[in-house]
Amino acid sequence: MHGLVNRSFQNFLRDTYGGALWESVVHAAELPPQGFEALLTYDDRLTEAMIGAASLRLGKPHDALLEDFGIYLAGREGLRRLLRFGGADFIDFLYSLEELPGRARLAVPDLILAEMTLSHASPGRFTISFRGGHSALAHVMCGILQAMADDFGALALITATGDAAAVQVDLIEASYAVPRDFVLTLPDLP
Amino acid sequence: MMDGSPPPEPLRLGGAEVARLMPMHLWIDARGVIRAAGPTLAKLWPEPLAGLDFFEVFELRKPQDVAGAGDLAALAGHRILLGLRGGDSQTLRGIAVGAGPGQGIFINLSFGLSVAEAVRSYRLSHADFAPTDLTVELLYLSEVKGAVMDELAALNTRLGEAQRRAEAQAMTDPLTGLANRRGFERALARMRAEAHRGGSFALLHIDLDHFKAVNDTYGHAAGDEILSGVAGCIRAELRAQDVTARIGGDEFVALVAGVKEAQTVQKLADRIIARIEGFAAAPSDEARVSASIGAVLSRRDPVPDADALLAEADTALYAAKRAGRGRCVVA
Repeated sequence: MHGLVNRSFQNFLRDTYGGALWESVVHAAELPPQGFEALLTYDDRLTEAMIGAASLRLGKPHDALLEDFGIYLAGREGLRRLLRFGGADFIDFLYSLEELPGRARLAVPDLILAEMTLSHASPGRFTISFRGGHSALAHVMCGILQAMADDFGALALITATGDAAAVQVDLIEASYAVPRDFVLTLPDLP
Repeated sequence: MMDGSPPPEPLRLGGAEVARLMPMHLWIDARGVIRAAGPTLAKLWPEPLAGLDFFEVFELRKPQDVAGAGDLAALAGHRILLGLRGGDSQTLRGIAVGAGPGQGIFINLSFGLSVAEAVRSYRLSHADFAPTDLTVELLYLSEVKGAVMDELAALNTRLGEAQRRAEAQAMTDPLTGLANRRGFERALARMRAEAHRGGSFALLHIDLDHFKAVNDTYGHAAGDEILSGVAGCIRAELRAQDVTARIGGDEFVALVAGVKEAQTVQKLADRIIARIEGFAAAPSDEARVSASIGAVLSRRDPVPDADALLAEADTALYAAKRAGRGRCVVA
């Protein structure tokens, strides 16, 4: 797994549950003692062990933990901004999800995300499916989409499908609240 | 030749369609008056552009030989660079085409590489760019590049620190915190290089007397305490620019920078010995050692190599031991 993902999960655990929890996860999952480096790549088993150990210690199911991770990710200002580049409103953003793996690769060439397909079955209902039915990704995306719906000021019901192969978005109201501020460039450095 | 069918009808697009496709277009009539401007371009000027004289709003930076309305037709087919009069120095770039007989010219513009400043100055958003325009992706990339570069720089700093720590550890004696043999060799090489440029230094080879007896009588813990204590004694007599190392069980060396006289070395060595003799390990006031020192000065031309200096210091050390220990001989 790419270090960026592992490092983000590490930051999520530390920021949300504190250093002591993180240390115990490092110990239990036999992770590198100094934590993950964002620009290196690690064995997938480390990622699984980290999620498993955190889930056990927190008494929280994998799915819920991954969903919280997604919400945390979209709440980081840097990533929130990169996601907002995807579109002018929430629907635009949903349509941009198919481009997300491409955008990720533009940012970090060796960061490979599973291919996503958006289908628009009926008015207000969108389904995002992942090639290979990546269930962990589906739960993380659930969290990201919930946070981004809030960011765009949209009211939507977001759930993973029963087999966690896809995420379903029921858009109740596209402009429900005032969207959070977003301009295309960061403020000029003083 | 085509297949002989009549030429297709010219394409006609309404102003709204043109504005959607090219939000930074400009249509100028044959008199030089702006007839229409795209919605993004309109944000750059405080009043509506339609009806204004093109040359009052814009400055043609390239080509430069177009001075008035009469020359505008000559722009058709050319790449152009425009500036805004009285505004910032931003340059817009674009292409001009003929708008049809008697219809003036049509220009499509873009921000070029100054797009980030333009987006900031005019608070532009997604809707201000055509979906076919990769400007938003360009801004995304520049932001992402900044984040990745920051992360890389931080990684480099962490790796650099780890390397420095590892190097320092590899050259340090863990018991006394002094340099080890490797650290000593590096310091000696540095001092010799300085001596070649006219500097001078003294090398003191310090060997403890009666250390084995203390170790056997009071145990290893006391022995270790003696070694640490001796390290402190030597360091206390030296300055920051000098180097002290433990290169064997109870063998120390000191490199003292800037010393030229044998007499100075002798006095320093006597002070070190006195300090060492004054130190007792915790278990007993009897747990004491002394030291013999062989010293050598670098001040010769050429500076002897490291092995020769060490051999001379060694010979002097044995002379000190033979002369009854607890003293220093300068070679």
